[in-house]
Amino acid sequence: MIRARGLEKRYGSRRVLRGLDVDLSTDGFLLVTGPNGSGKTTLLRLLSGLAAPTRGTLEVEAERGHIGVVAHDPLVYRELTALENLDLFGRLYRVPERRERIGMLLERFGLWDARAERVATYSRGMTQRLALCRALLHEPSLLVLDEPFTGLDDEGAQLLDRELAGLVGNRAIVMTTHDPERVVAFATNRLALA
Amino acid sequence: MSYVADVAVLARKDLKVELRARDTLPAMLLFVLSTLVVFRFALSKETGDDAAYGLLWIAIVFTALLGLSRAWVPEHEHGVLDGLLLAPCDRSAIWLGKSLATLAFLLAAQAVALPIFALFFAPLDATALAGVLLADIGICAVGSLVAAMAAAGRARELLLPLLLLPLTIPLVVGGVGAAISPEEGRFLLLLALYDGIFAVLSWASFEFVVTE
Amino acid sequence: MSLLAPVRSLPGLAALTTLLMGVALMLALIVAPEDADQGVSQRIFYIHVPIALTAYFCFALGAWKALLLLARGDERYDLESYVAIHQGTIFGSLTLLTGSIWAKASWGIWWTWSSNQLVLFLVLFLFYCAYFMLRFSLEDGPQRGRTCAVYALFGVALIPVSFLAIRMAQDFIHPTVFTRHGPQMSGSMFTAFCFCWAAVTLLAYLLYRVELAGKRVDANLRELREALQ
Repeated sequence: MIRARGLEKRYGSRRVLRGLDVDLSTDGFLLVTGPNGSGKTTLLRLLSGLAAPTRGTLEVEAERGHIGVVAHDPLVYRELTALENLDLFGRLYRVPERRERIGMLLERFGLWDARAERVATYSRGMTQRLALCRALLHEPSLLVLDEPFTGLDDEGAQLLDRELAGLVGNRAIVMTTHDPERVVAFATNRLALA
Repeated sequence: MSYVADVAVLARKDLKVELRARDTLPAMLLFVLSTLVVFRFALSKETGDDAAYGLLWIAIVFTALLGLSRAWVPEHEHGVLDGLLLAPCDRSAIWLGKSLATLAFLLAAQAVALPIFALFFAPLDATALAGVLLADIGICAVGSLVAAMAAAGRARELLLPLLLLPLTIPLVVGGVGAAISPEEGRFLLLLALYDGIFAVLSWASFEFVVTE
Repeated sequence: MSLLAPVRSLPGLAALTTLLMGVALMLALIVAPEDADQGVSQRIFYIHVPIALTAYFCFALGAWKALLLLARGDERYDLESYVAIHQGTIFGSLTLLTGSIWAKASWGIWWTWSSNQLVLFLVLFLFYCAYFMLRFSLEDGPQRGRTCAVYALFGVALIPVSFLAIRMAQDFIHPTVFTRHGPQMSGSMFTAFCFCWAAVTLLAYLLYRVELAGKRVDANLRELREALQ
């Protein structure tokens, strides 16, 4: 799924990543760890296609519409409801049987009751859950998750655990987290950034 | 025609967001009306119609600036712009949807302001209104792109007028000319030329402005 | 020593430019015949118009490099585009200055809105000043380069449209030097003009190369410093 050699990313004179090699199979789980500022987020931006490497080669077998991303920001519109947000992205991603899929995801992540309320009224945890729904909406073959457990309460974290358990082995997953113990059992590859 | 569908989805989203937030359109409306009132006091009794048209165009440009400065704010809250960029839709569709929505807001504000202007200042004939429409298209097309440029940096509210005002000069010339000149057709052609060139440029270059 | 050697090496280029500029100034101020209508003040035309044309050339060069950046993605085009536009802005402000001096000498006023060329330059000057504000408000990186490149392209698209707009907006009293039948100058005036134009263009090219070299050294130094940390 992913094959990268000598990956380097520079912003002007500031070098964020240098000489990185990454390998991931289509059903693998890559766990990326490292202290703050080590470039984890930048690496994930490169893998999800939001940024291009300054040097090196990067091959990602998933196209733009087949990648699901959970980033530091929730990537949802504050003024729209959960339903409207997912409907928007569902249309843009050309999700088949959009309504059913949205309903199912909202239910799975415990947001069904709040589906018609604006995201601005949500708690941090609820917004994060919506972000997860957004990432999974189009059944991506590659999931790029940047600290997905951030902001989730116990219940939300358990929902995510369950979701991950179901996804692992069916698709490629790249994840960064401050709590690696939680998911270390899933990991087929590990990458530690300095 | 999935491109058209994408544009429609995105433009509808912008209209919906504004309907909920209700901050941009009322501000534009209030601004243009207040400006017209200020003009009333700024113009002396002997001022001819020509000066009034000039001031109208200043009002239009600055009202558009007001709307444009808020145009990309929803995309920068919660980082949604990245979410749109990750979707498989064409990047230019994002620009087109935004431009159409901004155009709708500008036309809505003008629908109130222009009759008031015609009533209290100077009459507006069909060519003058055609000039307004053509110039609106130009302002929204270029403005949406430039606003995206400004939004990526610091001091975005300061930067947008600086970047956009020189670009609006041909539009103001065209708009005022369409209202006051006996050769109005030439000025409408100028506006159409501007729209053609800059809309295509904006459409083609949006991708480069928002992606790395 | 090949014919191109003085152009390739900066000191050689600088020497050649100084020589040409010296000759050009001499031609403009002393050798060329005096204009029947405007007298001595007309001599500034030999400097003003080449500077204006060179400014246009620099903006066009900046836009060309910008296009290359967008098409090929090579970072070095960003710096080249920036330096070209920087030079263009400098020459643009010189155009406004010399044009203003000429206006004062010819018509007794420092500025006139009736001069299409001056107004166009003012608009472009404002536009390209905003270019620098844009550049400095963005974080260094590939996105800054691309955004500035797009803006630079908008600049050259603005030139003809603005010119048309300004022309349509007012009367035209700037003295026409080039008519459709060729320049309204005598043969020797034309020669002097062309020589001055070549000299000023070379000066711009020299300044462009010098600034580019300086900025490249700067960038390399910063990269080295980064790499050593």
